[in-house]
Amino acid sequence: MTTLQRQEVNPIGHLTAEDIESIGRELDAMRDEVLAVRGERDAAYIRKVIKVQRSLEMSSRAVLLFSIFPPAWIVGTAGLSVAKILENMEVGHNILHGQYDFMRDPKIHSTKWEWDHVTPAAQWKHSHNELHHKYTNVIGKDNDLGYGIMRVDENQKWHPFFLAQPLWNFINALFFEYGIAAYDLELGRNLKSKKKRSNPEFVANVKAVGRKIRRQVLKDYIIHPALSGPSFLHTIAANFTANIVRNVWSHSVIMCGHFPNGVSTFERSSIKGETRGEWYLRQMLGSANISGSKLMHIMTGNLSHQIEHHLFPDLPASRYAEVAVKVRALFEKYDLPYVTGPLPVQVASAWAKVIRLSFPNRKPARAVDPARPPRPQVAAEPVSVSV
Amino acid sequence: MPVTKTLRNGAWRVVELITTPVVPTDYLDVIAPLRNPHVLRARVEAVHRETDNAVTLELRPGRGWLPHQPGQYVRLGVDVDGIRLWRAYSVSSAAGHPAGWISVTVNAVRDGVVSSYLRDNARKGMVVHLDLPAGDFVVPRERPAKSLFITAGSGITPVMGMLRSLIHELSDAVVVHSARTPEDVVFGADLRALAEQGKIRLVERHTATDGRLKPADLDELVPDLFERETWACGPGEMLDAMTEHWAEAGVAERLHVERFRPTVLVAGEGGTVTFEKSGTTIESPGGVTILDAGEASGQLMPSGCRMGICYKCVLPMREGIVRDVRDGQVTTAVEGDNVLVQTCISAAAGPCHFDF
Repeated sequence: MTTLQRQEVNPIGHLTAEDIESIGRELDAMRDEVLAVRGERDAAYIRKVIKVQRSLEMSSRAVLLFSIFPPAWIVGTAGLSVAKILENMEVGHNILHGQYDFMRDPKIHSTKWEWDHVTPAAQWKHSHNELHHKYTNVIGKDNDLGYGIMRVDENQKWHPFFLAQPLWNFINALFFEYGIAAYDLELGRNLKSKKKRSNPEFVANVKAVGRKIRRQVLKDYIIHPALSGPSFLHTIAANFTANIVRNVWSHSVIMCGHFPNGVSTFERSSIKGETRGEWYLRQMLGSANISGSKLMHIMTGNLSHQIEHHLFPDLPASRYAEVAVKVRALFEKYDLPYVTGPLPVQVASAWAKVIRLSFPNRKPARAVDPARPPRPQVAAEPVSVSV
Repeated sequence: MPVTKTLRNGAWRVVELITTPVVPTDYLDVIAPLRNPHVLRARVEAVHRETDNAVTLELRPGRGWLPHQPGQYVRLGVDVDGIRLWRAYSVSSAAGHPAGWISVTVNAVRDGVVSSYLRDNARKGMVVHLDLPAGDFVVPRERPAKSLFITAGSGITPVMGMLRSLIHELSDAVVVHSARTPEDVVFGADLRALAEQGKIRLVERHTATDGRLKPADLDELVPDLFERETWACGPGEMLDAMTEHWAEAGVAERLHVERFRPTVLVAGEGGTVTFEKSGTTIESPGGVTILDAGEASGQLMPSGCRMGICYKCVLPMREGIVRDVRDGQVTTAVEGDNVLVQTCISAAAGPCHFDF
């Protein structure tokens, strides 16, 4: 067993290697079941969401042409915020995952799609699909853990810089799309040395982000405001608000995916020679869900089913709800913690962790030694990251 | 006018900025899918049943369509169970419809996913994708004095298109058509009517009773066979036999054939993988992914997570058959499909051609 976690109670101490491989087989079977029925319903679903999103965006922007009148400002801004959230989450994120590539429709394909976001789709696909989804919650490999600016684990060395991490996190939430762009460019790492700064690939990526930002800014802050004539300034304010709402919303949803209490992080050394079963297990323990209504699932792009999404990133997101029933049963069968909760609770939990870790902690938790016999677990007690 | 052109281009750039990151026509698609100048589509305006197994679709092509020449085919992209599949169908209607409509006649073939789907599900109002007409199975501008059409089964469709368009210009036309039974003759009524009016000489061959048509039979049925400019369309064996027969007579240039290539791809283990742009051909065993096999041969392959998540390794498969090594799912591409295949989790299950 190569998976190691920094927790007092090893949540997988009771599993044998054979258990882990059979978890892998059962998850593979679930995937096959969805593949067997994937088809017209999924195609119709994504087309419908795209149609609703575009209609909503068009009509909201039309209403904002008269944003000088307060009711129009409110209705248009609310509509545009929802449209932008839908575009990024249920449409963009999921299409860029290749969830709908099976349709063979060049208009809805991960290699052709571009989204309403300052980071170009190609760069996001690299950092998100290739790194985050493969190395989920592996410290030092998965940059989604703290985005390189935050301390996310007790064992991470404390530095006075981290005292301000609640503030960094708040600013990151407000301007999340720019945070993502910087993160996709790996600015922190690439700006360090002159050699890295002048790497042609990095330079090209920076230029691509620059072009994307220019177009996005022109659209939201020049063209649409100009079209609305006397409502110019009001439309700028409306578009700015919609972008902030979208940023805070997606930041919150994403924080809930891997930050709340009960989610495990993993040692870099733990993924050496990882089997498919172990990879699945890491996704199961490294992700957390958000419970809620159907509307909540749609507005989060079904990232409320983060666990299912990490197990099956390329299955159509609209299938996660039905898969979740079986996945949850599997967690119970193997006595694993299925971390889930309502959005406010999970957001609070994630924020509490950000604040807690901004301070130094006296006694870092030991890494769990897999060779050690597991401790007896108290029933129904959630496995939690030690303080 | 260069000034108006500059103005128009400038205006268009503004419209593009209004809709960025998508293109303006993506919004247009929401309300008027036929108006998109970059994506050619057609609406099904009527569906007629020809035989138990064949339907004719009357199509109204959208913006960007160019008229066809009689005998040409169009490729239709049809969403079958959510997956867009492309197949070629001959245009069977007369050229020059005032509103630009065309008809295609679809004969459901055994295991034919698209043809069966269209036979059972084509309805008025359905929107299909299509390509511009193509093919050189056409009658030259200088019409031949004597012509002959040899067809079998659905091979009549391009010929029907020719007859409907050009019958007044073909003074001496003979049609030899094979079908299993008289009821199976697609366009049976139209052909017989043309024959009754004396516009063509029709030879119907019913293979259930008369057996398959052989080239030697033709010598008897059409005594001036080799004096005629001939167009033949039907199954491969028939066309092969005809080609040989005409070549033996030394008049190969008189015979024009159109082959409907059957898309029979059977999943096996491994296959020859061709990377067409780089000109590399490799043998890829069934247990090895195309990415690994390509890299092992020294081909520079795009790659990412190497576990089927990130889609960075996808290459367009122009034609071929692959198997997903995780779950055994088989994906096939027929000429022109350009299916994007994740090479890191796909093994060859037959010959594959990549546009790479």
